[in-house]
Amino acid sequence: MTLDEILQATEAQMLVEPPYNIDLESACASDLMSDVLIFTKPNMLLITGLTNPQAIRTADMAEAPAVIFVRGKYPPPETLELAEEMGIGVLMSAYTMFETAGLLYQAGLKGIGKLPIMRQQR
Amino acid sequence: MKRQIALLGLMGRGGALSKIHELIRELPVSRVMTTALLTLPPDATMMQLKELLREHHISGVPVVGGGRLVGVVSIEDLIHALEVQRLDAPIREFMTSEGLVTAHAQEPVMEALRRFEQMGIGRMPVLDARQKLVGIITRGDITLALLRALQELYTEAETIQDRPQHFFDALESENTSLQLRYRIEKGDFALGGDASGKIKRALLRIGASPQLARRVAIATYEAEMNLIIHSDDGGLVLADIQPTTITVVAQDSGPGIADVELAKQPGYSTATPEVREMGFGAGMGLTNIERCTDKMSIWSAVGVGTRLQMTFLVSPEESGEGDEETGQGA
Repeated sequence: MTLDEILQATEAQMLVEPPYNIDLESACASDLMSDVLIFTKPNMLLITGLTNPQAIRTADMAEAPAVIFVRGKYPPPETLELAEEMGIGVLMSAYTMFETAGLLYQAGLKGIGKLPIMRQQR
Repeated sequence: MKRQIALLGLMGRGGALSKIHELIRELPVSRVMTTALLTLPPDATMMQLKELLREHHISGVPVVGGGRLVGVVSIEDLIHALEVQRLDAPIREFMTSEGLVTAHAQEPVMEALRRFEQMGIGRMPVLDARQKLVGIITRGDITLALLRALQELYTEAETIQDRPQHFFDALESENTSLQLRYRIEKGDFALGGDASGKIKRALLRIGASPQLARRVAIATYEAEMNLIIHSDDGGLVLADIQPTTITVVAQDSGPGIADVELAKQPGYSTATPEVREMGFGAGMGLTNIERCTDKMSIWSAVGVGTRLQMTFLVSPEESGEGDEETGQGA
């Protein structure tokens, strides 16, 4: 899915344009960067409400070419500067994370599928 | 095969294929066309056309009258004139003037190529936005431009491919390694991930596969964040890169982990709410590191410090196009 299609589906704004045309295969939505890193796949869109520079760092490590910030949270300048420097596209949608993800799923963007069950310590 | 591997090295962001795609879709006619333009007026003779074509080894020219493009005359028209023995006739009698197919300077070459295909023609005059003749384009111009661009891509790929050999093979020693060291400051969230990003780029630059570079980067990133979040006064990240093994060590001098086995459990965390707000501290760091490494060992003593050692083996698949990790092991 191209960024244009994503912009259209989520009525988003482009805040940082990536240096290349990108065609994304899947997406993941999370505010926990470790979770993103666990189910990372290259060429994935990162949907997140976390607007600090770590979202961009995580996208860089995970080779996600673009990040979409949700519920109209405009990221701070250092986040945008880092994205510019790393060549990562940044979009922002006024919809909530749930709705942004839903709209993209409806528009045909795939998820990652089921992951193994992991018991956690209390 | 080797080529393909090298090209995969370019797959960073965008990749070679999308570069080609972009090239064909976005390269404008103006970048490909010939601008040193030869034209003839409509009242020049077919004999003059013959001389011009012969002199410049070309097969056709646009005809310009009154500052406007009025037609195109080609070698086929010349043959026609020769057949009827009318080399003295003016060009306007033989040129193509109706239904003239033109290209626009700003349209993508892909569009021009499509028109060549549909119309079965050999050249098109190129007009600018004000319908002024600015150049001429042939199928050959497009082919050449694309070949040249492909050549650039391959040269870039080969440079990358040649680096690791040049890099490690040129050095003679019992055991060659490249060491990278980074000082990590406690609480410096803004720079968190900077060292990992630099290690990742260094690996890619010396020819590691994107998969390997990503594995190392993700594990190092988690370790780097641990130093920022948990250490007393920061720590060090040391990467030792050898042709077959990469070792990354993250160490600090306190506070130390009381129960390492407990700390390794998924979901176990001592992070503060502030750290969780940064998107970290969910207790998945060590789990994630373990998944990305071939070997992970932690030594820690309360009041002394912690040393996390991560070993990555450069598998044969990973110097090529191994499977992507999908998180199956999480």
